[in-house]
Amino acid sequence: MQLDDLYRRVIMDHYKNPRNRGTMNEESVTINLNNPTCGDRISLQLQMEEGKVADAKFSGEGCSISMSSASMMTEAIKGKTFDEALSMAEKFSALMKGEPVEFDEYEELDALSGVNKFPARIKCATLAWNALRKGIEQQQE
Amino acid sequence: MNINAIREQFPILHQEINGHPLVYLDSAASSQKPRSVIDAVNRYYELDNANVHRGVHTLGSRATDAYEGAREKVAAFLNAGAPEQIIFTRGTTTALNLVASSYARSVCKEGDEIVITPMEHHSNLIPWQQAAKATGATLKYIPLQPDGTISLEDVEKTITPNTKVVSVTYVSNVLGLINPIKEITEIAHRNGAVMVVDGAQSTPHMKVDVQALDVDFYAFSGHKMCGPTGIGALYGKKALLNKMEPIEFGGEMIDFVDLYESTWKEIPYRFEGGTPIIAGAVGLGAAIDFLQEIGLDEIDQHEKRLAAYAYEKLSAMDDITIYGPKQNRVGLITFNLDDVHPHDVATVLDSKGIAIRAGHHCCQPLMRWLNVSATARASFYLYNTEDDIDRLADALLQTKEFFGHAIG
Repeated sequence: MQLDDLYRRVIMDHYKNPRNRGTMNEESVTINLNNPTCGDRISLQLQMEEGKVADAKFSGEGCSISMSSASMMTEAIKGKTFDEALSMAEKFSALMKGEPVEFDEYEELDALSGVNKFPARIKCATLAWNALRKGIEQQQE
Repeated sequence: MNINAIREQFPILHQEINGHPLVYLDSAASSQKPRSVIDAVNRYYELDNANVHRGVHTLGSRATDAYEGAREKVAAFLNAGAPEQIIFTRGTTTALNLVASSYARSVCKEGDEIVITPMEHHSNLIPWQQAAKATGATLKYIPLQPDGTISLEDVEKTITPNTKVVSVTYVSNVLGLINPIKEITEIAHRNGAVMVVDGAQSTPHMKVDVQALDVDFYAFSGHKMCGPTGIGALYGKKALLNKMEPIEFGGEMIDFVDLYESTWKEIPYRFEGGTPIIAGAVGLGAAIDFLQEIGLDEIDQHEKRLAAYAYEKLSAMDDITIYGPKQNRVGLITFNLDDVHPHDVATVLDSKGIAIRAGHHCCQPLMRWLNVSATARASFYLYNTEDDIDRLADALLQTKEFFGHAIG
């Protein structure tokens, strides 16, 4: 078990300097999700325009994995259509199962591949993506 | 107390985790099991297994004797008096739910009060929330002092003649403190309320005498005290149990069944619908034998020594917050490193073979009171040593370094 597999430089950078952390004033959808087993919380704000995620912001509390994952996700999905964003979410699930996927759209996400070797931490990494799915589903209803 | 001889009896402890000898510091979540308990459960399945209370055949009698023998052991262990005052349950949660769903819902009405504290585990909080909602009773909290303890003055102020039920944990699974149960019970009784105690964190670690405490109900789990998972018990005073309706219906718990009406067996059987947890009860009986052979006072002293050692060692570190009072602690220590999330702490420790708990410990209201979202917790039992704590402290220093370097 190599800690460096989990805590890669990119992850620690996003943890230390989270992108898109905060709230926006524009009209948006807010999704609040908890990880009830450990107390992590995320509040994801999505600005949706013409079938696209125009902007994304997040706030919340959690470990380095959940917060860096949220930071990367918000970067990755900005400007993407709903379908593109959802297919990235699918790809991220595959990554967590240890499947060989690559994120050409936003390569930094590859850094989270080590999480699959730490089963107890997968839920931390997927929290933000679950919030994204929920937000888009709400919008599409 | 010969620690090495005790450790020898726990097969699971002698293994490497992630290339390091295991240091198990999560016994407050679930303890490890000695050989004698594992053997007792196996022996039961290999030699005596059958259903209880109904077989005419020999195995049926043996299984019944084993199950009822375990009940007698639990009764003696808690100094509970008559064994029929012990109801076997799945654990503390089921036991507390039984009191809340049966007793509390039958006695409480609008204007009555149920009194608990903000330090309760969810299993001693939500059943009362639900009982209050169902009956219109008011749920009241005894406030906590800045160090997390409760003052008897506040207990006096919170409990009133309208209070029907008071339910408090004997030992906090987060703050590591011991509540003054005897004194709270006296105040509850003076106001005409019954006293319920969550004994999940006390029963494994210290001598408990339910008659001396004079509590009305006392719940605990087997798996935290060297016994199997899925078995626990509720002690209740006979007069109260006799007034309570069952909440689960079916086999084993009936006296006479007609098409439209049925009657119930006497206590404790009326609360044990269905085939009971026979092998679990046998294992719990073996766990009680094991603990009593070592001596609860010995175990208590050993853990308090470890707690004092851990408190001293950890509080000497920089950038660490320890929760709960310094004095009167049981063998657990809840803490946070200032700049590292407890999940990350637990992952780094796990990579060094050290098992601790990270999260809200099923105490979300207490986490809010502490103004944190999660904490780390190391908890000790009879098989832990000062060496384990040294390894914890070293690993915490390395964690700080790892994250300091990674973040810095």
